[in-house]
Amino acid sequence: MTTTRRSVLGGAAACGAALGGLPWRSARAQAANTIRIGVLNDMSGPYRDISGPYGLECARQAVQEFGNRGFNVEMINADHQNRPDIGVNIARQWYDQGVDMVLDVPTSSVGLAVANIAREKNKAYVNTGSATSDLTGPACTPNTVHWMYDTYMLAKSTGGAMVRAGGDSWFFITADYAFGHALERDTANFVRNAGGRVMGQVRYPFPATTDFSSFLVQAQASRAKVIGMANAGADTINTVKQAAEFGITRRGVKLAALLMFLPDVHALGLQTAQGLILTESFYWDLNDRTRAISERLRPRLRDVRPNMASIANYSATLHYLKAIADMGVAASKVAGVDVINRMKALPCDDDAFGAGSIRPDGRKLCPSYLFEVKAPSESRGAYDYYKLLQTTPAEEAFRPMSEGNCPMIRA
Amino acid sequence: MAGQSMTSSAVPAGPQESIFGFTKAQFIALLVMFAALVVAPFFLYPVFLMKLLCFALFACAFNLLIGYVGLTSFGHAAYFGMGGYITAHSAKVWGLTPEVSILIGALLAGVQGAIFGWVAIRRQGIYFAMITLALAQMIYFLCLQAPFTGGEDGIQAVPRGHLFGFISLAPDMNMYWFVAAVFVLCFLLIHRIVHSPFGQVLKAIRENEPRTTSLGYRTDDYKLVAFILSATIAGVAGGTKSLVFGIATLTDVHWSMSGEVLLMTLVGGLGTVFGPMIGAGVIVAMQNYLAEMGAWVTVIQGVIFIACVLAFRRGIVGEIGNLLRVRL
Repeated sequence: MTTTRRSVLGGAAACGAALGGLPWRSARAQAANTIRIGVLNDMSGPYRDISGPYGLECARQAVQEFGNRGFNVEMINADHQNRPDIGVNIARQWYDQGVDMVLDVPTSSVGLAVANIAREKNKAYVNTGSATSDLTGPACTPNTVHWMYDTYMLAKSTGGAMVRAGGDSWFFITADYAFGHALERDTANFVRNAGGRVMGQVRYPFPATTDFSSFLVQAQASRAKVIGMANAGADTINTVKQAAEFGITRRGVKLAALLMFLPDVHALGLQTAQGLILTESFYWDLNDRTRAISERLRPRLRDVRPNMASIANYSATLHYLKAIADMGVAASKVAGVDVINRMKALPCDDDAFGAGSIRPDGRKLCPSYLFEVKAPSESRGAYDYYKLLQTTPAEEAFRPMSEGNCPMIRA
Repeated sequence: MAGQSMTSSAVPAGPQESIFGFTKAQFIALLVMFAALVVAPFFLYPVFLMKLLCFALFACAFNLLIGYVGLTSFGHAAYFGMGGYITAHSAKVWGLTPEVSILIGALLAGVQGAIFGWVAIRRQGIYFAMITLALAQMIYFLCLQAPFTGGEDGIQAVPRGHLFGFISLAPDMNMYWFVAAVFVLCFLLIHRIVHSPFGQVLKAIRENEPRTTSLGYRTDDYKLVAFILSATIAGVAGGTKSLVFGIATLTDVHWSMSGEVLLMTLVGGLGTVFGPMIGAGVIVAMQNYLAEMGAWVTVIQGVIFIACVLAFRRGIVGEIGNLLRVRL
């Protein structure tokens, strides 16, 4: 068949008609009695499986459980495509058009940029998706709450708690850029402080490295008990796969991922991922409350189990709505700072993370857990993946406020 | 050659009267553009419009090279992104005024263009594209590692500052008029370049380089100057964008940005005056207004690209011009 202009135009018209039939959601003028929440995250890129549509569903679950307490809650969503300019444009537009709170925002460059806009427009902003500890450090603002994991907390749990669990000599495979360096530096400090030793490290070019075999051989030759992977995403996945091919974990060496989530383990499969050490703040099979919320989320997430990033949206939305109900919708519309201050004043409690609180610098506190991935023989089925090794209590899990260099705290 | 029918004007120039170097049709289109620039901020979101103008300028700079000299650079993100980083650094760390920051950013992008261009113009076609891509990747790694760029977090919280030291650009409307002025100035500059005797030689190089050489022109020198001009204007676009959003990040130096600007130029119309602007408008509007549709944005972008290449090889503006039998 030859491609004529007519056939292309015809196809385009058909597509247009099909698109017209889709349920288009767009920004509408808000009623005075409506709270609008904008979930800004990655629906198509590398962070999609960690939060994306699942994070959105978790936030919707919170709205549903909160029920109607005299005001409506409307939720909108957009894909920032991991690009700061798109994220900034959407966040600005949302705030200007009456969105009261922006939620999620993975990718630290976008997460930090939206924090500046929230302050400029004096609106509320709860970040559950970024890993940068700068959000409660030099870049902290009175309009931001950082709800979930950051690099400090991951390094402290995986580095410090792992030494207590017996892994006292480390070798690092580090992505050669600022994020990798920071992870390696922080983790190495916790290892040394806990009485462990760092046997060495190797830095590989980032991005574009796909073959980790020589680095793994070096790591093995160092005779360290733990190989720390100071990288993220596809790099971590590739390192784990290749380590499994080399049989490194079968010989008793532990592989520690410094930034990894349940969906990653699910994607790798237990055969490859077994023995992996990682830190999360949430696991669905942790206690009765986490099992209950995971069960309630089942109709929304279908076969997928929530991880700490997606379920943080549930926890954060619930607490935000409590603060709104406490102060009244009209008062909450005056200034975002007031809402954030009310959130800090109220104690947090939900099924996902239990009781908790928010510090003056905007850090939500919750315990962190060091997990080991089960062997296929230990697992009872899909998503039965983690064994709990160590728990770091909420007060110790995060960077102390005095060390964060947050301008609000010094003032 | 089939490949050249895309770039060379299919419409005979003919005896058309010109107003300030524009044909009558182009002049009308220019007036429409001015009217749209004035009216648009009252109907559309100004920050979105500013973003559109920055990308339109970037695409125009790119078009200067691909549309009028026939050089397909695949590394223009390097100049766009570097312009952004330098401008953001000047504005934030050195506290310079916005116009000076943008000038410094543009200057550095130009210097970079001179060095890279000097290396790249020695080869044609795919080799030229590969060299520019390789050099741009080096800049990407530099930006990833250099301390002043802030790595993957980028330079955050860049102040918009005060124009000439006393006009605050913090209100969106003030910033919009500033960006619109920068865009119009650069747009007219590009038009002037293209319609100067220098521009005529560039077009001659595009059509037949050996013959141009045989007429006594040092084609390498002409190509290098065009390359530097294109890089400098791309730097202006990047610098302006970094001030609009208050950030400069790795996205702007990533190779996918080089691909995006190529897409904008192709969709709008290669070698047309107004094409890159329209193409940028289409792509930026899609990224923004289809963001609610999640993963479909990139799919739709791909479909549009294929449709353009298959059936509308002159691009949107090129096809309209062809229909109306005018050059736009």
